[in-house]
Amino acid sequence: MSLSLLIILPFVTALLVLFSKGLPQVRAIALGGSVVQLVLAFALLVLYWQARSAGDHSLMLFEQNYTWFAPLNIHFHTGVDGISIAMILLTAFVTIAGILVSWSMEKLNKEFFFLLLLLSMGAYGFFISLDLFTMFFFLEVAVIPKFLLIGIWGSGKKEYSAMKLALMLMGGSALVFVALAGIYFNTTTADGTHTFDLMQIAQMHIPIAVQKLFFPFAFIGFGIFTALFPFHTWVPDGHSSAPTAASMFLAGISMKLGGYGCLRVATFLMPEAAHAYSTIIIVLATIAIIYGAFATMMQTDLKYINAYSSVSHCGFVLLGIGMLTKTAITGAVMQMVSHGLMTALFFAAIGMLYDRTHTRQVEKLGGLLKIMPFISTVFVIAGLCSLGLPGLSGFVAEMTVFMGSWQNPDTIYRVATILACASIVVTAVYILRAMGKVIMGPLLVDSGGSASHGAGNLTVDAGWNEKVAAAILIIGILAIGMAPFWLNELISADAGVIMSKILNRF
Amino acid sequence: MLTDFLILMKQELIITVIIFILLLLKIGKELTNEQVINIANVLLLLNLAGGIFFNRQGTLFSGMFQTNALIVLEKNILSLGTLIISLQSTSWLKKHAHVSEFYILLLSTLLGMFFMISSGNLLMFYVGLELSSIPLAAMANFDLGKKQSSEAAMKFIISSAFASGLLLFGISMVYGATGTLTFSEIAAHLNGAPLQVFAFVLLLAGFGFKISVVPFHLWTADVYEGAPVAVTSYLSVISKGSVLFVFISVLYTVFKPMAASWYNMLFLLSVVTILVGNLFAIRQNNIKRFLAFSSIAQIGFILVGITGSSQMAVASVIYFVLIYVFSNLAAFGVVALVSAVTGREQVSDYKGFYKTNPVLSWVLTIALFSLAGVPPTAGFFGKFFLLMSGAGQGNYILISIAALNMIISFYYYLRIVKAIFMDANDQPIERLTIPAYSRLALYICVAGIIVTGVLGHVYDYIHSLSFGF
Repeated sequence: MSLSLLIILPFVTALLVLFSKGLPQVRAIALGGSVVQLVLAFALLVLYWQARSAGDHSLMLFEQNYTWFAPLNIHFHTGVDGISIAMILLTAFVTIAGILVSWSMEKLNKEFFFLLLLLSMGAYGFFISLDLFTMFFFLEVAVIPKFLLIGIWGSGKKEYSAMKLALMLMGGSALVFVALAGIYFNTTTADGTHTFDLMQIAQMHIPIAVQKLFFPFAFIGFGIFTALFPFHTWVPDGHSSAPTAASMFLAGISMKLGGYGCLRVATFLMPEAAHAYSTIIIVLATIAIIYGAFATMMQTDLKYINAYSSVSHCGFVLLGIGMLTKTAITGAVMQMVSHGLMTALFFAAIGMLYDRTHTRQVEKLGGLLKIMPFISTVFVIAGLCSLGLPGLSGFVAEMTVFMGSWQNPDTIYRVATILACASIVVTAVYILRAMGKVIMGPLLVDSGGSASHGAGNLTVDAGWNEKVAAAILIIGILAIGMAPFWLNELISADAGVIMSKILNRF
Repeated sequence: MLTDFLILMKQELIITVIIFILLLLKIGKELTNEQVINIANVLLLLNLAGGIFFNRQGTLFSGMFQTNALIVLEKNILSLGTLIISLQSTSWLKKHAHVSEFYILLLSTLLGMFFMISSGNLLMFYVGLELSSIPLAAMANFDLGKKQSSEAAMKFIISSAFASGLLLFGISMVYGATGTLTFSEIAAHLNGAPLQVFAFVLLLAGFGFKISVVPFHLWTADVYEGAPVAVTSYLSVISKGSVLFVFISVLYTVFKPMAASWYNMLFLLSVVTILVGNLFAIRQNNIKRFLAFSSIAQIGFILVGITGSSQMAVASVIYFVLIYVFSNLAAFGVVALVSAVTGREQVSDYKGFYKTNPVLSWVLTIALFSLAGVPPTAGFFGKFFLLMSGAGQGNYILISIAALNMIISFYYYLRIVKAIFMDANDQPIERLTIPAYSRLALYICVAGIIVTGVLGHVYDYIHSLSFGF
């Protein structure tokens, strides 16, 4: 299967959207494109399984390699392993759900869907790239649509949030750039030139001093994307100001770009440095987990609750990567997938609630289960997944991270693991409190006295598009939660490759 | 000998012929402005086409004049830019009383730049430089009714005379130190003695004035603001581009033996230039001043690339100038159109621009993204290669400073994008009809912004020509 299809398809869909007229046509094209994306992602998974069971043990499958800029030895090199396929599946799920929940987007709908599709193109491109330049290219492609999505269609202090997000993410990619330049000029290929090729660099030995210099650049740069403490401040503002679909994309996909980059570029290419800096990573990740959880307790806005809890949950991703055991890294990737699905579902549910009640303040809502059973149920499922209820994906992922972390015997790792585990209690507190207040109890909707949206709105439960969107995400969550082995198998072999590279050096 | 002369100096000769055609037309029967503009555009197109075929490399006049494939390419980039500017300024020129004079002055400066790029001798270089800057001052004064315009011309002529003085002083020092003015011979005599360093500093200051490197940038913003938009865009793109082309070849061939001493100078200058350009651009409210400071910052990034001193650095700088031609001219094209029709030039005037002029808004946005270096526009590739060639020297402090400055520059470009798309405005700029010529120019620019980057061939081609440094 040609991996370039994953880039071409969203791009063509986006262009078609640009040349179509009227909301019905625009959204039909966007939906059609995203359905094909989902089909492609599944086809890729099946083909991958087939190839692996047929005994293909090469590191990357379906590789394609074209020369892009010959003088700098830049190639358009793509290929996938289990980790990238997991991320591609996640992207396809979130994209289709995001398009479905924005079904009745009136304002500048053409531009809105265009940017959403561009964002998904950036994400696919990033996940399939095996060349650092291509990877960097797609990483930046995925930044600008977010700025426009939040700034134009957002709510609240949207301009501020959009600018903050764009600048912090650009800062992240600036750091990544320095790391790339450093790596590039310290590689030598057989014919004496430098290379950006990920697989080639992985075979080389970058001098340890160089690794120690550039690992922080790469890790912090990608870490900013995935809310590494103390660079997480764009997360709450960005998520809460964004329109629903953009929040889903942001938390579901683009925070994962960072985690994937930390793993694939920073840790994989600079294993000695990853080992040397792992204590610092662990400390920062633990702070993010604890701090995120306690900060969530204080929030009254549903979107802020989910945004701060994302900081806490993405802390698990970084914790898993920092622990440097095979199980922990597997858990980190599972947590990326699980958190992507769960948080997208959560934001979708919040968006649906907001469309009807016009408020996101916890104290102004109550007893919604009585009038919107479907949306409330979705809300509860997302919440329970977030607090790690067994049977849902959050439990599986967090459990794997903790198991992997405990394998690391040093005291500081143990302490960090215990602290991270303890944060689950805090998570349960804020999730259950918000659930109880919004879903249960006496019916209360206080949308600030604005008469423009009357109570007639309230009685409408989810439309077909919202139901399908929620169902797709819930299927994903259950598929991981009930039967985690397939995802675990998909990821763990390739997590093992990364780990064995680290272990080989000691 | 004659065929050599005709072929090697082909581009200069074409321009001279065009100037004479325009002069004769002016003397002859009365033509309307539109006719003059049409004729001039056709002639500029022919000029561009003429530069593409039958090129050879060689020298004339015992090394005074030299040409090769790279120099021809540089000249073609300038011709292309001039054509685009001419197309863009139709709506402004139509109302003007002296259209043929404008074209004659424009082509004279272009001729000067061509000689400057082809020069193989410091005197030839100086003559070309003067020919390219004196008519520019007259052009800056071309909004005859505006006081600001003549103020800009005055500032430009004084500062450029000062710069020329410094250059001449430097050239005479070089002559004193080496006993020759021919590029190929100077290098053999340079050894980094204090007098030679002093001469180099003077030359560097002269170049710095022309491409507005901080601290020689003080004229830039005022001149850009006062001059007509067509002239501003010409100054910021073509004039700077031509001086940059000469600068790299002088630096890399003539002053190659002194690389150790100029590396540190350029390191400092580039850091200061990027920082000052960026910080001042943040506070600008006039869009022309804003573009002026942003172009200063861009020069800073180019200097980072120049510090690389490798084949890749040469290719990256030329590639970046090509991209800069497209991106900056796209931005100036929209600004010129808005300014010619409504006379509004403030950043705040662009609030709500998207509601009334979606196409122009997208063009301006793409141009700004390209200037900011956002993929998939060409600017991303241009900046990436510039910084990579700078990083080739292993000075990661410089690269980190430059990369972090990208964030600042990102902020002020996004400020304009925010005004266009997000801010509300009671009196947005009304819906503009885009004249056919401007439309063509904008299409060329946007196509250039998209194609030059993503297709690797352009960079490969430039890189394959940039050998011998």
